[in-house]
Amino acid sequence: MPSIKLVNVTKSYGNVTAIKNLSLNVDDGEYVCVLGPTGSGKTTLLKLIAGIIKPDKGEIYIDNKLVNNVSPQERNVAYVPQYYALFPHLRVIDNVAFGPLSRGVRREDAYEISMKTLEMMRLSWRADSFPHELSGGMQQRLALARGLASGAKILLLDEPLGALDARLRVELRFKLKDMAERNKLTVIHVTHDQEEAMSLADKLVILRNGEIIQEGSPSHIYNEPASIFVAHFVGGANFFEGFVAEKDEYGSWIQLRNGPLLRVNDATRPVGEKVVVMVREEKTEILKMVKRVEGINLLTGRIEDIRFLGNFISYSILLDNGDKIVSRTPTIASIGRFKIGERVYVRLNAEDLKIFSYPSHGLYKELEVI
Amino acid sequence: MRSRTTFASSLSRIMDDLSSKNSIKYIVYSSSIIFFLSLIFLPPIIGILENISSIDVIFQDPLLLSRANAAILQSFIMAFAVALLDLIAALPLAWLIARSRTRFVHFIDTLVDIPFLIPTAALGYSALLFWSPLTQPGFLLVFLLQFAFSYPVIVRVMVGELLNYKEVYEVAARTLGANPFTAVRTITLPLLKPGVIASFLLALARSLSETGATVRVAGLWENGPVFIFRVLDAVDIPPYLKNGVLVYVSSILMLTSVILFFLISLLAPKLRFPVKFVFPGIERRLSSPSAVKFRDILASLIFLFIVIFPSLFIVLPVMNALFDGTLNIALTGLDPWDKYWRTMLNSYSISLLATLLNIGFGLPAAVLIARRKLGKATPVFKALVSVPIIIPSITLGYSLRLFWGRYGFLHEYWILLFSHMAITYTYFVESMAAAIESIPIEIEEVASTLGAKPLIIFRRITLPLTKYSAFSGAILVFTRALGETGAAKAVARTQECWTLPILLVNWILSEATTASQKALGAGLYIAFSFVSLLALRLLTRRTK
Repeated sequence: MPSIKLVNVTKSYGNVTAIKNLSLNVDDGEYVCVLGPTGSGKTTLLKLIAGIIKPDKGEIYIDNKLVNNVSPQERNVAYVPQYYALFPHLRVIDNVAFGPLSRGVRREDAYEISMKTLEMMRLSWRADSFPHELSGGMQQRLALARGLASGAKILLLDEPLGALDARLRVELRFKLKDMAERNKLTVIHVTHDQEEAMSLADKLVILRNGEIIQEGSPSHIYNEPASIFVAHFVGGANFFEGFVAEKDEYGSWIQLRNGPLLRVNDATRPVGEKVVVMVREEKTEILKMVKRVEGINLLTGRIEDIRFLGNFISYSILLDNGDKIVSRTPTIASIGRFKIGERVYVRLNAEDLKIFSYPSHGLYKELEVI
Repeated sequence: MRSRTTFASSLSRIMDDLSSKNSIKYIVYSSSIIFFLSLIFLPPIIGILENISSIDVIFQDPLLLSRANAAILQSFIMAFAVALLDLIAALPLAWLIARSRTRFVHFIDTLVDIPFLIPTAALGYSALLFWSPLTQPGFLLVFLLQFAFSYPVIVRVMVGELLNYKEVYEVAARTLGANPFTAVRTITLPLLKPGVIASFLLALARSLSETGATVRVAGLWENGPVFIFRVLDAVDIPPYLKNGVLVYVSSILMLTSVILFFLISLLAPKLRFPVKFVFPGIERRLSSPSAVKFRDILASLIFLFIVIFPSLFIVLPVMNALFDGTLNIALTGLDPWDKYWRTMLNSYSISLLATLLNIGFGLPAAVLIARRKLGKATPVFKALVSVPIIIPSITLGYSLRLFWGRYGFLHEYWILLFSHMAITYTYFVESMAAAIESIPIEIEEVASTLGAKPLIIFRRITLPLTKYSAFSGAILVFTRALGETGAAKAVARTQECWTLPILLVNWILSEATTASQKALGAGLYIAFSFVSLLALRLLTRRTK
């Protein structure tokens, strides 16, 4: 039942436009992750939906009802801010009962609902504690319990896992999703952690400078990034500057700095256009130089650095044309095979290479994650 | 019983529902602003402006004019001397209290508030008795007295600042090779600058404003408030001249104080501590254990001999009065004690009413400031709210008397009440606004998304979290109202409306009152304020 729709919403603070002409559809029961760097307008977006701030322009609909002038207490949307904002002077159970009591539920019923919610969150044994006595993970569950008990079917989560340590963060991710599904909630989850967003979202929304620059399923966004920024922000990628040297029916040849040519399966760009070629770090193959290898999309270089990342090993290679490339390979496949300083081949597949127009303000600026 | 609770709950539900109506919010906030403007802020300004033309006459009496000018100048000389030396003397003690955990320091900590709690009129008498063998009334005695009662203000503010201060910066400086003294001078003090400035301004304001005690120990010396006090009582100055000279002194004192305060609070933050130079040799010696011990002992001695003993010296003559029969007469209420008890009743009823009204109308104003509900006008409103405690209270009282005096039907009691409200309003609003500001706004935002209407949020979230500040703000208002001499003196014309501080100052200045009566009058005054404060504290503890 609860769906959210934003139409051409704009919100400014003084000279700073936090949200620019933004439109978004969230279906009933959908788990949407909004991913964006710091200052991209993520929190403002949530506060607009919760009704804490009002848009300067545009409409916000909840359940197909225009809510621009509906106060937060009447929207039935539970907002969980980054550090939870638990009421420090109320016990755990009173925190949870606050919502139902405020909505005029009878006292006994309010506490019954709250106890049930706490049980679901495995917190009922701490009902009489105060928030500051709980661990980070428990506080996070309490914040969720408080939102759920208020009867809201829409949950707005602002970096809900941001305050937790790395291990707990990964563990709680899936519990969060599970809980949302079981309670048939519509969730908007804001984060700057791309791994978290990818693993949770039914739909991923990439926000930058107050605008949505791409939305879709996580795999679609990963495989078909709409821009250099998205490719860079979602998953590791390598970028090379070059220009279209030749093209035919099936694809084109891109000439990189100092000569090497790369074949790409994209024939949409005119010959001579300046472009950026992108390849994911794991879509690269390193070959030893024991025998001569021939073929297209074969670059040569020297290994500059090797980083062990657990399941993966990351190799930094300085190519002979002066570009750098990072290659990520499963540890099991390459451990001990290469040494720093070793000369190697790097093979790329034409179907893994994407090309983008060269950004007007330069590649370096485009890659800045701010 | 049951019907009553359902009535109460349905009433609170109606109030809650009303609170989410924009029109109701508008009415509450605007009435608090109207209260502030019409009863606190504008009357003194209008009162002075309407009479500004009467200043002319003072130029016909050059002697009086030069006396007035000298008094104004002395006000500021004294205030700067007191604030500066108090700051220097109080900092080491604040340090000791914030950083040391010994039982002796704990004892000192509890003593610090005493001069603050004793009404200044009584404090002045106590100090006079203590110092009279050593020095005569005059500049020095006024200085010693004002030094004593501004001292606790600075210690309290700085202890609070030091307790909030994150010691990691100082620790980091120490690990980088700085001596303790260097670390404090170059790292801690610059970071605590806002607190230093705030306490300096508080001491300055207190010195500029104080009347009840200063007038007793001034001797031939005069500052603004003492001059006004004496002119009010003078019989040899014709009324038209009196009015002229009072308006003259009041307007200059008010204007100069306001300008001075805004200048200091604007410019002082730009002042830099000399952090670029380090003197390892001297500063290492200053950091040595023996130097630290010397500093601690010196700070404690100054505190005990200049602040505490003069404040508590009144205990001796009071003890005497308890046994020489004065107490019996006092309790029976025979002349002059009938007047004493009546003025005490006046004082308490005025202070209580002023406190309640300031809470009622000050709360919405505090919310307006803390949550910046007036947008860009918020800092302006905040600055206006701070004005009443900046200007000397006797000038505030005098201008209120000019303003309200026009309304002949208004009983003097109400004018007294208004003046007490005006001098204490700021204390409540400022402490409450600071407390509300310290609650993260997310907490209130979340409560609203959970379905709570504005009044529910205020009742169940904001107020419980700021309860301590609300009570301490209220207590501050009450004690300040109870101890106020200057404003009351300027307003009260008939003896019927005297408050206790006026009566006491009169007794102490009068030859007709015996030493025992003076002492007991002051002693009972102190005892009652202690008891009422204790009662308030206990009350607040029970409601926790």
